[in-house]
Amino acid sequence: MRREIPLIITTVAGLVFAVSYFIPHWPFGEAESIFGDWISIVQAFAIWLGVLSLVKVSLEKVSRQPHERPYALVTIITLVGTIVAGLWAGIAGLGQTPMVSFRDTAAFSWIYEYLYTSLTSTMFSILAFFVASAAYRAFRARNFEATLLLIAGFFVMGGRVPLFDLALGSVTGVDTSIFSDFADWIMNYPNSAGQRAIMIGIALGIMSSSLRVILGIERSHIGGES
Amino acid sequence: MVKIGVSASLGGLVLIATLAIPTHKLRAQSPDSAQSAPDSISQSALSTSAPALPAAPSGVEAVDNPNDRGGSISVSWEKSPEDNGAALITGYLVRRSKSSTGEFIVVGEATQGAMSITDNQTTDGSDYYYSVTAFLETAGSDGKKSRLESVASAAGPARSSAQWFNSDRGICLIFALFISAAILYFIRSAKSGKAVYVRKIAGLEAVDEAVGRATEMGKKVLFVPGIQDMNDVQTIAGVAILGRVAELAAQYDTKLEAPMNKAMVMVTARETMKEAYTRAGRPDSYSDNQCYFVTEDQFGYAAAVDGIIMRDKPATIFYMGSFFAESLILSETGNAAGAIQIAGTAQPSQLPFFVAACDYTLIGEELFAASAYMSREPRQLGSLKGQDVGKAIFLALILIGVTLATVSGLSDSALWDVRQFLLVN
Amino acid sequence: MAHTIALIILALLGVSLFYVVYQTIVGRPVERRIVFAYIGLAVSLPLFLKMTPPVSVTTDVQNLADELAKLPAGSRILCAYDYDPPSAPELQPMAVAFTKYAMRHDLKLICMGLWPVGPQQATMALEESLADPEIAAKGLVYGVDYVNLGFQSGQQFVIQSMGSEFKRMFPKDDRGSFYDSIPMLNNVVNFSNVDFVMNFSSGFPGTVEWVQIAVDRFGVKLGAGNTAVQAPQVYPYVRSGQLVGLLGGMSGAAEFEKASAEPGRASTFILSQMFGHAIIILFVVIGNTAYFKAGRRSTGGKS
Repeated sequence: MRREIPLIITTVAGLVFAVSYFIPHWPFGEAESIFGDWISIVQAFAIWLGVLSLVKVSLEKVSRQPHERPYALVTIITLVGTIVAGLWAGIAGLGQTPMVSFRDTAAFSWIYEYLYTSLTSTMFSILAFFVASAAYRAFRARNFEATLLLIAGFFVMGGRVPLFDLALGSVTGVDTSIFSDFADWIMNYPNSAGQRAIMIGIALGIMSSSLRVILGIERSHIGGES
Repeated sequence: MVKIGVSASLGGLVLIATLAIPTHKLRAQSPDSAQSAPDSISQSALSTSAPALPAAPSGVEAVDNPNDRGGSISVSWEKSPEDNGAALITGYLVRRSKSSTGEFIVVGEATQGAMSITDNQTTDGSDYYYSVTAFLETAGSDGKKSRLESVASAAGPARSSAQWFNSDRGICLIFALFISAAILYFIRSAKSGKAVYVRKIAGLEAVDEAVGRATEMGKKVLFVPGIQDMNDVQTIAGVAILGRVAELAAQYDTKLEAPMNKAMVMVTARETMKEAYTRAGRPDSYSDNQCYFVTEDQFGYAAAVDGIIMRDKPATIFYMGSFFAESLILSETGNAAGAIQIAGTAQPSQLPFFVAACDYTLIGEELFAASAYMSREPRQLGSLKGQDVGKAIFLALILIGVTLATVSGLSDSALWDVRQFLLVN
Repeated sequence: MAHTIALIILALLGVSLFYVVYQTIVGRPVERRIVFAYIGLAVSLPLFLKMTPPVSVTTDVQNLADELAKLPAGSRILCAYDYDPPSAPELQPMAVAFTKYAMRHDLKLICMGLWPVGPQQATMALEESLADPEIAAKGLVYGVDYVNLGFQSGQQFVIQSMGSEFKRMFPKDDRGSFYDSIPMLNNVVNFSNVDFVMNFSSGFPGTVEWVQIAVDRFGVKLGAGNTAVQAPQVYPYVRSGQLVGLLGGMSGAAEFEKASAEPGRASTFILSQMFGHAIIILFVVIGNTAYFKAGRRSTGGKS
């Protein structure tokens, strides 16, 4: 029954979702939002499992892996520190009139503005450097398709900002938007056609995968084959 | 569904708003009272110097909203003749009552130019009557806003109800049934022993070699299943591949590590890995510490995985699942560490990054085909063939549509008008 | 002074590229850290130049601006801020330009977010807009002219539920006031009671989900602002008419600032992006020059 019950639940839930897309009448019309609420609840509880796993693994790294120790210590200290800050600020806010959410307190705002925002922005900014190094290393006109892609990329990069237009304008002395328009054309027609083709393929792949999951042929979500 | 098509005042329903005062200022019904207090059917004396009321809208219709779960009625009208952009009409007020002579309450307000609203606060099976007035909002010298309303145009009764079938999605249902039937047919056909040809997918052929490389080098294999939760089909596909990779890693006695972005994915992945190690006959080699949660934050996760890559220098890295901006950060770091990288995602925006930085990339549906491809199970392979039938249908439809649209565009003849052949407006 | 130094360094960068060209062609590609240094300087130095390059407004941006211009005063706009601080450099300028435009033209804003920090980005856009002298003079009131409903978890399921009733997903606004107590939300039950929906998005859930649910199921009129990475994926929805217009990345933000006559940061940041693109194009050209010089090898793709 360990395998059968999850399979039955998967099949029933999958079919109910599929049917509710076409039948708005109660109870089918409500199914999606009800299931959506349940998913949110399960996700919220599952986060506890994740945090416990993270703490366990980090403590083991602190005790047994010297080269991982500093990073694991930082993880534990920031995890505990954020929880303490939120709890302390939240409890203090409960006693105020009107009540103040922990998010609006100085401690949490500080963590958000000066730690979280800075760190995530830094990580996202690394993309700019990596795009440049990937372009330098890997963008080669190895064959016809790659050459076509390079040329299109060349015009899109130069046309999406006023780079080529300004350059041409400074040479000819005439204001122009020919490269911006061409870049726009590439994005709206060849790019859209390619995106649509990929989307159709992906949609069919999702349909096939979902049918396999609903029918119990695909069992990776319950641990794989027995 | 009840449809009404008369534009006329209901008996006794007249809304008046003006009394001229010596300074010739208009003192109309205040907006607050119009919105907060129920409007009663009343009449008050008109001053001989009262300004003209805005022209009323006409053709008011109230119908049940089609293809919904009930509880809503659509009210539509023809615009007031003065609603022509000349700022003579500010908007429309829609009122509702349960009887034609009862109290009417404002249930909606629309701006100028609008010709319909939806009343979502009805109870199925009850009759409702609606009236629509056009109003002009003006500001007095004291800055206070006031409204001048037209005579009401009314309709009713209308009744809301839930529909058992959303007819807008009929075509979708036909396609879904047809493609599902094709998939089921080929699954059955494959089960009966018929061989199914699947083209070679380089990225999947390389999985064995990639894990073997890690074994030879004595380094670990890192598996990243994307940053979406288990409700995403890409994650399910990624976890399926994790099962195959774990089985190989168990057979070769290679260390496999899988940091997770979502707690539910961690739980599922652990089960999958445990089963895989058991299938390979090495249940004791598995430890829960191989599959652990890091953080749900996108860039926090990317930073953590980057750190693992730079410190541990895995020989092989798999990226299988749904990725976003972190895809290039991870794959470039893996490239810098000298790992062989195999990626697969159905996120079109991330595919170029993986193609640039990884050794092998599974594009879109190749990721979904991976589980079938690697297991070679007939039923799974059969479903791939059914998928191809769907693709063939869409290809044919696109060709037909493009041909018709091209001919229609080149020809003046209405005979070739594409709209005749397609179910679009 | 900073302007001059920045110009000098940029000129030196340009000259030093000859060294990179030479090294690459002779088969000694430069280390990635040198590439990082080039891109870092190319993107940061233009910030000191304080120049505003001219931008031309493309069709998709103009279409969005035209749709907004059609909205009469008093129209309700639902504005979804589905992004976080890392994407703010691209999306915040367009969000601020949009918010300012809406406030200046008496369009009522109902702000919300499907991302946890989206409402905070909304608050920042609202505060920046309200600080504009002309908008400040209007004396806009929270709850009457604009409101921030806050964040709700559930991703695309939130959009689905909003199709029935906003109040169910947002029983209180971001400040804790009950939905029914907010004057501008009287008679605003669901999508059919708003005149336009605008989505600023950098990933999931985002514009794709808004199109698939709000547009396809509930028929809303939707405009979108996306990061440059996500925009290519969204262009098909513009072509099919499911989106009335699209602002793509920093350039889209700069174009919208011009089209809506709301000058802002994007118009100056675009200069950094120009230099960044120029450097990347040069590196691609250098790399391919070396590749062709070394003799083209047809290895094919690996996907």
